[in-house]
Formats: sequence, structure tokens, C-alpha cells
Amino acid sequence: MTDVLDPPIIEEPSGHEEHLEEHLGPTGIVKWITTTDHKVIGLSYTVTAVIMMVIGGVFAEIIRAQLTSPNNTLVSLAQYNELFTMHGSTMIYLFIGPFAFGGLANIIVPIQIGAPDMAFPRLNALSYWLYLMGSITMLSGFFVAGGAANFGWVGYAPLSNSINSPGAGADLWIAGLLLTGFSAIFTGVNLVATIFYLRAPGMTMFRMPIFTWNMLVTAILILLAFPVLTAGLIMLYCDRHFGTHIYSVAGGGVPVLWQHVFWFWGHPEVYIIALPFFGVVTEILAVFSKKPVFGYKGMVFATMTIGALSLGVWAHHMFTTGVVLLPFFSIMSLLIAVPTGIKFFNWIGTMWRGEVWLSTAMLMSIGFLITFLLGGLTGIYLASPPLDFFTHDTYFVVAHFHSIVMALMLGAMAGLYYWGPKFTGYLLNEKYGKIQFWFLFIGTQVFTLPQYLLGLRGMPRRIGVYPLHPSWQYLNQISTVGAVLVGISTVVFIANVAVSWKKYPAGDNPWDGHTLEWFTTSPPPHHNFYRLPQIRSERPTWDYNHPGHRAAEHGHGHDADSHEEVPAP
Amino acid sequence: MEPPALSPQGVSDRTRRWRRVRRIAALPIAALALAGCKVPTFGAAPGATTSSQSVYHLWQGFSIGAVIVGGFTLILILWSAMAYRRKGEGIPKQSQYHIPLEMTYTIVPVLIVLGLFAATLVVENKEVALPKTDVTINVNAFQWGWKFTYPGHDVVVVGQTTQDPEMVMPVNENVHINLTSSDVIHGFYVHAFNFSRYALPGVLNQFTLRAVNTGTYNGQCTQLCGLYHSLMVFRVKVVSQSDYTAWLSSQANAANASAAEKATNQQTSSITPTKPAKSKGGY
Amino acid sequence: MRTEAKVLLSLGTSFGVMVVVYWNWGHENAGSVMMFSGMLLCFLPGSYFYWWSRRMKSRVEDDPQATQTQGAGIVGAFPGTSIWPFTMGMGAFFVVLALVFGIWLLVPGLGLMVWALFGGTAEGRRGGKH
Repeated sequence: MTDVLDPPIIEEPSGHEEHLEEHLGPTGIVKWITTTDHKVIGLSYTVTAVIMMVIGGVFAEIIRAQLTSPNNTLVSLAQYNELFTMHGSTMIYLFIGPFAFGGLANIIVPIQIGAPDMAFPRLNALSYWLYLMGSITMLSGFFVAGGAANFGWVGYAPLSNSINSPGAGADLWIAGLLLTGFSAIFTGVNLVATIFYLRAPGMTMFRMPIFTWNMLVTAILILLAFPVLTAGLIMLYCDRHFGTHIYSVAGGGVPVLWQHVFWFWGHPEVYIIALPFFGVVTEILAVFSKKPVFGYKGMVFATMTIGALSLGVWAHHMFTTGVVLLPFFSIMSLLIAVPTGIKFFNWIGTMWRGEVWLSTAMLMSIGFLITFLLGGLTGIYLASPPLDFFTHDTYFVVAHFHSIVMALMLGAMAGLYYWGPKFTGYLLNEKYGKIQFWFLFIGTQVFTLPQYLLGLRGMPRRIGVYPLHPSWQYLNQISTVGAVLVGISTVVFIANVAVSWKKYPAGDNPWDGHTLEWFTTSPPPHHNFYRLPQIRSERPTWDYNHPGHRAAEHGHGHDADSHEEVPAP
Repeated sequence: MEPPALSPQGVSDRTRRWRRVRRIAALPIAALALAGCKVPTFGAAPGATTSSQSVYHLWQGFSIGAVIVGGFTLILILWSAMAYRRKGEGIPKQSQYHIPLEMTYTIVPVLIVLGLFAATLVVENKEVALPKTDVTINVNAFQWGWKFTYPGHDVVVVGQTTQDPEMVMPVNENVHINLTSSDVIHGFYVHAFNFSRYALPGVLNQFTLRAVNTGTYNGQCTQLCGLYHSLMVFRVKVVSQSDYTAWLSSQANAANASAAEKATNQQTSSITPTKPAKSKGGY
Repeated sequence: MRTEAKVLLSLGTSFGVMVVVYWNWGHENAGSVMMFSGMLLCFLPGSYFYWWSRRMKSRVEDDPQATQTQGAGIVGAFPGTSIWPFTMGMGAFFVVLALVFGIWLLVPGLGLMVWALFGGTAEGRRGGKH
């Protein structure tokens, strides 16, 4: 327990020659194309995902501009259908998922468990190229005759068949999703293998950081869900081009089958995008309260429960079809609220009686808690079929899931501010960060809250004009103002990146972080660690830096030590 | 356990905090009392049918729960973030778990969820019930309009996009709806009934509506169905039973008169679109 | 390896319970098949890990008292730079474009993918660049 510094791990047979070879390797664009370093790949994913976020955001601003008046002609009805389809598709398929499991997890998970890289570095690189080309494929629908896909990001049959949606845009949407789907599956394989096989000595499963645990469950969900989507898409393509009748009544098929297959993927997908940010926020709340994660084991079991239940709730998106087993899906969906609630109280318990430092990352995390609380509570309404019957496909649902995904966006920004310094070596400007936070947080509430009311007043979703209900206009206009505020927050973020470029060196551990990634340099060296500390808890770096304040394996910190540094009353 | 810190007034911190909580909690309780104990609508409305009113009460119940649980959690979040802002460079007590507390906030939500589920089942069983009735209306959704057929009376009402066809039905009677689609999936949604159901091709969805108020109510398609989805509106007109019978017979007479005309102009679709179907570039 | 096995086995068991309830209650084919497959997907590696965990020596990462020196030595094979992921990715890109623009795109698509398959395998056997 005394000496925590051990000699470095030697993982290559020869140390010195390898360094020389590194400097003689490819440079520039060839270096980027041939990299297999998880940090470079993860950074590429992050940058690409943020670009997708901006593209999806532009679509959103056009949608909101169109909805400022009931009979607007800013865009045509046909263009409007393309806009909301591609807004949803870009944000969900191309931004938030890849950002979480391809970007943050790729960079951080290996370092958090003391691994030199991911288990399959070349597969990791392949994942990125598939993601990039899949994104380009899907978005290139805008440049073909007939325009991009226009049947909603969910692509319900029979609307998405060749009769109702002819044209290459729809096929490019399918093609793009095939590529990004395999990209995700390969990343899932990599994450599970890395977490199971490449942990450092002493890093038992129950000493892994919560972010890594969440990424493990996310990866398993990816492996369970994405193949189902891929199969469904292939079947859709066959219906479109090979004369099959899987989803069409005419040939004895069942249109609702598409919904079963799609949502069997679709519901785990929303946990695939949420769980990573739960993990990010858990880490940040602990570090910036100077306390361990409260209820670590409870968090792990809650995450696993969410993962397990998420495979059994898909048809709550289909309550209004009239052909699903309502009570089963209702009780399963209501039950998911329980582990989510456990997480919330553990988050509060982490902050409770801590020393809370309201940095940008912490503000974003608290913003996440508040916004996700609203989104989660409104989700409970939707788990009740009678309440879903009159809110489904209205702006109430739109507001619900935007509360959720904007919370995830706050979590994404929290992750960038928290871990950005680790993988770039430079801090972001905190003043700009706080301005960004307030625009993002307030903008989110301003654009979602009127939408709850609009839904309750009867405004359906996916409509570009509302000529019979001009009274809906003022709520739509308020919502548009909120969307503009969110757009401004993105501009502030980009300005922050520009202003802080290589300006504020971060050092190894600017936040007094707890987990293993804060023990190495910023950015980490090739293969991540020059030296590793003793690992005796889930907070190896904290234990190393604050030996008098270790939380024991169970229970509270050593009382005698922890009182020494508290100022006398 | 360290002794609680004392403020200069000699009252312990914990007592001061509890007093503050009581003062803050007094506000919503007072507001409720002043409002005459009328339960707020929380944005919804009782609507015009028997089941819409049950749904409304369920909505209110859920909302009260949401406000209590959400308000309590929100207060805890804001409190933790603000009351524990760092003061010195000290390191706080590294509490890691508290089993009784964790058990409580596991078990209580399960109980709440079971309660919500029970309430849901009661309303749901009412909504999906299909009592025997004489009044049946076949609703057929198509791109981009609605067709209402009254079987046994040979009455058909049809309309496309903003022509908004009107579905006439009697008040205080169970009306059995047979809902289907001719092409893609559509959503039959009437705001005043607190209800919607998909019109699926190849599937007959059945439900019962029992209106309690006469009036004309707006309906709209809620499931994306293509280019003119935004315009696929209809109306439901609830009339007295005698008015309904009179309307039916007048429609039947008018139908007989133009039957000969229809026979000569037979098309696969009996409607003439006012707008070109599937046109691009502006509506 | 026990914990890893338990993670997968417990997930699989929960899916098994869910599918038994769902099938008996609702008799819906698609969902039952999908949940059942999910159960199998968890049981397959889960049981393998469980079987293996009872036979293997304990690994340093599962030992709560391990020191870093115990983990010294080669951790794994980490190929350095490689052109094959990019090649494979471009091949896949052309293959899916063949779905949209014509079957002739399968020529460059499959060509690149097969080339990458052979090239990458050979590279793996050679040891790759570091």
C-alpha cells in the first residue's frame, strides 16, 4: 500500500528502435489514412460527428424558420419532408451515436483501463472509414434527382417502398445506414474485447470507471440491436428492388413488421446514445465535487438493468398501431424509470456535501441532469397507452425526445470540456464555455417547453404548414427563438475552439481527476502510459494524489485522515 | 460523527435548513389551497367522449405525481449544486454508499410505477372495449384524405386534403369505428377525443367512441404519409340522435339521385383531386 | 473472467425470462424471435467465458492485489499504421453504392475489399509496421 509507483510496463520487445521507427513513419494525410491509434481515430470520429451536428443543426434551423408562420412558403412541402427526415437521420445516425461510442469511448476507454490501445486497432480504423463514407452516402441524397430521403428518420413501410418513395435518395439512405451500421457493430466488438481482455493489473471489473461500465453495456446493446436494423434495411431494399413483399400487403407481407424490426433496434439505440453520456456525467459530477461516485455498485446494476429492459420495450413506439400487447410494453417501459431514478439519486448523492466546482463541464452536467429529468418524466407519460394515444405523433413526443437528446448534447459538451484537454493537451476557455452553456441550456428549454404545449393542443408532428390552426403560431415562434439560441451556443463553441487553439496547456491533471486517464500526460503518449500507478480502487489517480483520503473498498473514507484538511468551523 | 456546526444565532445548521425547506414547501401548498383545491389541467382537456374524460383524469394523476417527484428531485439537484459550492481547498468526507437510502430509492419508485400501471390498466381497458352497438362507421384513410362509409345505409362521405370531410355521429351512443388504410399508414387523430389510432393497410383497427357533447371537432392525420400529410384534415360532427337519423336519410336520398351519374363515371378512385398528386416544388 | 461471464449470462437470462413471458402472453412472432436471438447472443460468449473462467489461471487484471510489475511483458499485438482499413472501407463504400447506382460498382467495390482482406491478413501474419 505504500509505494504506488511501479516500473513501466514494457509492451514492445525493443524500446529504443521502436521510437526511431515511429519518427520515420508516414506523415500528413497518409499518416491519417493509415493510422490505427485509437486516439487519432477517436478524434477523427469526434470532429466528423461535430460537423454532422452542425449540418443537422442547419436543417433544424430551416425547419424552425418554416414553422414560424402557419402558411409559410420558405420551403415546399416536399423539401420540408426531406428536411425533417435528414435532420433526424443526421443527428441520430450520424452525430450522437458515433460521437459517443466512436469518439469519446474510443479515446477514453482504453486509457481508463490502462490499455495501450483498443483490442483490434485496424478494425477500429475500418469503423471510422465506414462511418465517414456512410455519412457521405446518406447526405449525398440531396444531390440526386428526387432529393434526399423524405419518409422520416424511421422510414416506415409502406411509405418507404418503391411505389411511395421512388428515387435514389431513399436508396442512398439505406446504403449509408448499412455502412454506419457495420461501423457501429465493429466498434461494439472492439469495446467488449478491449474491456474484457486489456485491463491493467489490479483493474478488476468492479474497479472500472462508471464511464467504462456504461460503454460496456452500450457495446453489448450495439451488438444486440444493430444487426437487427441491418437485416431490416436489407429486407426493405429487397422490397424496393427485388420484388419481394416482406412489408407490403399486396404480396402477403406485413407492413407493421418493419416497425417491429426497426424499433427493436430503435429503442436500444436511444439507450446506446444515452448511456455513454450518463457515464460522462457520472465522472464529471464526482471529480468536480471532490467525492467518489455515490453508490458505485448500484450504478453498475442500474446500467445493466436499463440494458436488459431496453430490449423488451420497443413496441411502446407502436402503441397506436392497435396490434401490440399493450400491458406488457407498458409495464416494462414504466419499470425502466426505476434504474434511471436510482442513477439520478446517486448523482445527487455524489454532489451532496461535496466541494462543488462549477466549471463549464460541471455546469453542462448539471444542465444535463435538469433537462434529462424533464425528458425522463414526460417519457413516463408516454409509457401509459391511454396517455400515449393522444400524444403520439404530436409535438408532445417531439418535445419529449428533444429534451432527452438536448440533455445528451449537454453531456456531449461536458465530455468535450472535461476530456478535451486530455486528448488535445489544451484547455478550452472557461468564460466562452459558460456563455455557451447558458445559451445552450436556456435555448433548449425555450425551444422544447412550447412544443409540449403545442402537442397538448393538438399539433401533429412532421407537418410543414398548419393553415387551420393559426393560434399555434405564437408558440411556434417562441420555439424558434429557442432554436436560434441553441444555434448561437454552437457558434460560441466553435469560437471557443478557435480562440483557445493551443493557448492553455492543460498538464496531466487539470481537474484533479480520479480515474486512470488523469495519471498520464496530456495528450497521452503512443500506447498511452509511460508509467502506471498501483490500482486498488476505482479511483487510482485520486488514491495516488490523495493517499489520506482514499475511500475504502467499502464504506466511508478514513475518518482520521479526512478531517485533517477540513477548515475548523 | 462530528457535532453539527452552530451558526452565530446558536441554532444548528440542520435546523436552519429544515426551517428553510418548510418555508419553501409552504408556497405550493398555499397556492393549491387558494386555488380552491381544483386540480390543474396540466395542459390537457376533458374532451368530448367518455374515454377522453377518463384519459384526462389519468393525465392529471400522472402530472401530480410528476410534479411531486420532479419537483423534489429538481430541488435536490439545485440544492446540491448551490449549497455545496466550494469554499476552501478542503477535501470533503468521501462517502461512497448508504444501503438503506439506496434501498429506499429503489423500492419507492417500483411502488410508484406499479401504481401508475394499475391506473393505466383501468383506463386502457375502458378505451379498448368494444361494446355491441348499432352505429358503425367505416373510416378509410388514403393519400391524402378520408372516406367515411356508413354500412347498411349506403352513405359515403369523402374528402381530400383541405376539403376536410366531415364524419357525422350521434351523441350519447357507442359508435363502433372500423379503421383501415388503402395505401400507407395514416393516423386518425381527434384532439377533442384525446385519442388516435393508426390506419394500417391490410389491418382492420376497431375502437368505440361515445361522445357526450355535441359539437364539431377537428381531426388530422398524425402519421407521415407522403407529400400532403400536413393537409390531411377532417372534422367530426357530433349531433343529437334525431339529427343523426335525419342526416343519414338525407344523405341516402342524395346518393340515390346521383347513383346513375356515378355509374357512368366509374373510376378506380371515386374522388377527383383538387391538387395534383405527388407534385414537386411547392403546394 | 467470472464477472465478464456473469454480465453476459445475466443479460441473457433476463432476455430469456422476457421472451417466455412475452411469447405466452402475446404470441407475437417477430418480437419473440428477436428477443430469443438476443438471449442466444448473450449466452454464446457468456457460457464460453464462464467455462473458460473455471479452467484458466487467474489473470493479473482480475487480481485485486496485483502490482504493475506483474503485468510486464507483451500485452498484445497492436499493428501500427496500415493502409488496409482504409482500403476495405472504400471497397465497402463502392459496394453499397452498387445498390444505388448499378451493379458495375461491385467490381471496384468487391475488388478493393478482397484486396484488403488478403493484404490485411498477410500484414497480420508478417507482424505489421509499428
